[in-house]
Amino acid sequence: MSKERKMAVTIPREELMSPGHLACQGCGAALAMRLALKALGQKTIVCIPACCWAVIDGPFPYSSLDIPIYHCAFETAASSASGVRAGLDMVGDRETAVLAWAGDGGTFDIGLQALSGAAERNDDIIYTCYDNEAYMNTGIQRSSATPLGAWTTTTPVKHYKKERKKDIIGIMAAHAIPYIATASVAYPEDMVKKFKKAREIKGTKFIHVFAPCPAGWKSRPEDTIKLARLAVQTGYFPLYEIENGEKWTLNLKLKERKPIAEYLKLQGRFRHLKEEEINWIQQEVDANYERVLKKCGL
Amino acid sequence: MPKKKEVRKIVFNSAEEMPLAPMSIGSMLHNKTGAWRNIKPVIDLSKCIKCGICWKFCPDASIDIVDEWPQINYDYCKGCGICAEECPQKCISMVEEEK
Repeated sequence: MSKERKMAVTIPREELMSPGHLACQGCGAALAMRLALKALGQKTIVCIPACCWAVIDGPFPYSSLDIPIYHCAFETAASSASGVRAGLDMVGDRETAVLAWAGDGGTFDIGLQALSGAAERNDDIIYTCYDNEAYMNTGIQRSSATPLGAWTTTTPVKHYKKERKKDIIGIMAAHAIPYIATASVAYPEDMVKKFKKAREIKGTKFIHVFAPCPAGWKSRPEDTIKLARLAVQTGYFPLYEIENGEKWTLNLKLKERKPIAEYLKLQGRFRHLKEEEINWIQQEVDANYERVLKKCGL
Repeated sequence: MPKKKEVRKIVFNSAEEMPLAPMSIGSMLHNKTGAWRNIKPVIDLSKCIKCGICWKFCPDASIDIVDEWPQINYDYCKGCGICAEECPQKCISMVEEEK
């Protein structure tokens, strides 16, 4: 304590999310919003459909964010954001960014047509999907983002999910929008960099954020960051960005990937899996990772 | 700079007092989530290397930087334990909360 050293602050200090919000202990989504707003700054309007964040933000007349929020219907995150953007354009405000902030249900299932429409019109919005891999807000129901082998209340242990996770990045890449990225709460610098980059680009931007959910994944709240990091290190959720649907860039090259079992064993929702099922998931992850590497030209 | 939101419990006594559009006029800061916690993090500052990792990963934004040192805001800390788990120096310990 002799010589006063500055704290190593690698992301902006400005805090636009106040404490006192209603997220569970160790919530990945709350951390994702905190990091995203640090990057985007005060001049942002956020559109939130029905998702965990509609609750986390707080009941009327309170809010835990120091920026304007527009609560919209479940399927309309992208179209509401388009509307807000059009309104801002009418008054000549080009500076304010519009952020659509939806969960995986509101992106992969219910909000897909609105998102596709906004991407087709190339509206100037940042669409963020924070992915906790089920409908956590309503009680852990399966969504099309739920991974292979996972338990949810609608896919109980005997009938665990046997379908793959929907390839949302592939769908968005097919729209050839200017910017697509994946980000993880375990890599805040990378995430802040991607949001800052998205703010500068004109057109529809899609950012897929991996946000662990201790309540729904039956994991310990302190393991949130560890899980998000393991998802990247095992190749389950690689960090990459796509520009104009063509230029793929891998942001984090892994020398050696960890086995997926290490990621699965920390979560109660995968407890029922047997050796062969884990091998099956490992093969799926390997194939997916190879595909991303090939697209990135590696 | 926009006006800061009010930090207090807001009660509307009549319909006239309500804002015309349902908009948020108050801050969630009145909601002291510290009561949710049953274990609390305690930082041993003598071992702290000021890496900023605890501050960076706190999902509740309840670790403040005060005079370049991390300080836990016990009014809002929910006791998730991410800071203790991620601290590279292991200088944060989770202590049982006393009644």
